[in-house]
Amino acid sequence: MTTETLKRAPAVHSRGNRKQARRNTLIGWTFILPNFLGFLAFTLIPVLAAFALSFMEWTSFSAPRWVGLANFQRMMQSDTFWVALRNTVVYALGHVPLTMALALVLALLLNRKLKGIGFFRVAIFFPYITSLVAVAVVWNMLFSPDTGPINQLLHAVGIAEAPGWTSSSDWAMPAVIITSVWRDMGYYMILYLAGLQAIPTELYEAAEVDGASPWQRFWNVTLPSLRPTTFFVVVMLTVSSFKVFDLIVVMTNGGPGRATTVLSQLIYQEGIGEGKFGYSSAISLVLFVIVLTVTVLQFKLQQRRER
Amino acid sequence: MTNMAEDLKAEAPFIGRGLAPTPEDRRRSQRKRSTREQNKRTTDVVIYAVLAVLVLALLVPFIWMLSSSLKENNQVLTVPIQWIPSEFVWSNYTEIWTRIPMMGYLQNSLYLAVIITCLQVLTGSLAAYGFSKVRFPGRDVLFLAYIGTIAVPWQAYMVPQYIMMQQLGLTNSFNALILLQAFGAFGVFLMRQYYMTIPDELCEAARIDGLSEYGIWARVILPLSKPALASLALLTFVNTWNDYMGPFIYLTSNRLWTVQLGLRSFVGQFDAEYAMIMTGSVISVIPILIIFLVGQRYFIQGIATSGMKG
Repeated sequence: MTTETLKRAPAVHSRGNRKQARRNTLIGWTFILPNFLGFLAFTLIPVLAAFALSFMEWTSFSAPRWVGLANFQRMMQSDTFWVALRNTVVYALGHVPLTMALALVLALLLNRKLKGIGFFRVAIFFPYITSLVAVAVVWNMLFSPDTGPINQLLHAVGIAEAPGWTSSSDWAMPAVIITSVWRDMGYYMILYLAGLQAIPTELYEAAEVDGASPWQRFWNVTLPSLRPTTFFVVVMLTVSSFKVFDLIVVMTNGGPGRATTVLSQLIYQEGIGEGKFGYSSAISLVLFVIVLTVTVLQFKLQQRRER
Repeated sequence: MTNMAEDLKAEAPFIGRGLAPTPEDRRRSQRKRSTREQNKRTTDVVIYAVLAVLVLALLVPFIWMLSSSLKENNQVLTVPIQWIPSEFVWSNYTEIWTRIPMMGYLQNSLYLAVIITCLQVLTGSLAAYGFSKVRFPGRDVLFLAYIGTIAVPWQAYMVPQYIMMQQLGLTNSFNALILLQAFGAFGVFLMRQYYMTIPDELCEAARIDGLSEYGIWARVILPLSKPALASLALLTFVNTWNDYMGPFIYLTSNRLWTVQLGLRSFVGQFDAEYAMIMTGSVISVIPILIIFLVGQRYFIQGIATSGMKG
């Protein structure tokens, strides 16, 4: 993920020979070891195991057995897998552009020196660190089809047939997307604010001298200068969209029917719920490959644009 | 030594720089003050109004939550909406403790969050020192392995993790969650990003002064990295407090449940107790609100740092 080159730490003193180097290695490892042991056992090994497991059949009732691509074949024929994949993509298509656009608008609005501006920034950021269960529970009530505040508002502006939101298979996904956009935009707003503040003042001064209107300045100075931030925001948002899990579990639990079932949830249900370790790992490998492909693709696009 | 450290503190602001006003802001406001004082005041008022309406709209879910938590159940979903309870039912806040073991849930959440945060900050900052200030063969490859796993979605390896914990007999215990969450790669990454901004000359000088590497870490680097430590600690604490999936997978008995699990189960069991559900939600959010208000600067810096350098 990082593209920054690994900077060199100070070279060992010139008299430092092999003995010094060995000492350094020892010291380095003692610093890293406490974290590394935990990291190795509980992150690195499971990551590698997930790859291997996708080619095995292993359930809570049977010993592991190498089956090659059988898990993937079963997956391709599974209707639920395709539904979950489709739902995940739909979620991403809603969540990514909406969150990005709103985060940018908010950042532009809040990127000014005004007394008390900090309060506004903090208030908009707060949903992001609010506990997910509370968020899901409140929004579920706001979305109540008959007497919920949102539908009352829609009735008030003249929409007679307000949607059924989480109780309707067509509207459950939009409800989840709205909630997640509300929750996440403050976070991406912070990233955009940092990006805006890194734009050199001279660029705006030059544009002003050239007689550029505020709109032209936005299109020709702000947006191009924000490109690295936007790239980063899009990658982060896409990755997080494909990983969406807890919000769905708490808000709709995949329902109604399978209307909001997503890939992560399927992994959980098959792997931990039903103990099909091999099959669920195959699904997780697909999830990983999707996330990786999207990231690499966006990197390539970004590089081409820069050239 | 001390002087140098002080100077550095003044000169090397935290990389994210928080969200201080930019030169652009300053320049713009100065010019306006001199020439278009009146004009600026009008725009300011308009902007304040826009922002106030916007923020109010975005905070509606919280306002709704708070107001509903002080109502009777049948007053929560009324037509038209009652923004201010006709009668304040404070008893919701006294009853909830007996309706569900809320105190136990809060204690469990606090226990997990504190232990995981301490371990993460300690091991993370140690490892970050090894990765940024000590040079040895294989270091950079190892760091790439750390970064690589950050890119792998957690869901992709939750099943192997679960099998492992099952084999170790640690499911349905706090230890499973502590082991899984205390050694995250993210903490190492965040701290290393910060340590990279501390000049190596400083460590070099301390080495010449005869400090051991551990001494340098403890007496030079740690004091300089307080903002980053605070960011990491706060982010880890809040993440652990809010975590739902981890406890959901690993904690099955009620006495181990965290606030999030307790609240979710309450919603599942008594889905018509709207007011009490909102009361529980408010209580689950309050600790986060307090921590956030105290340390908001570090949250935002931490995000700007790890975000932009990521």
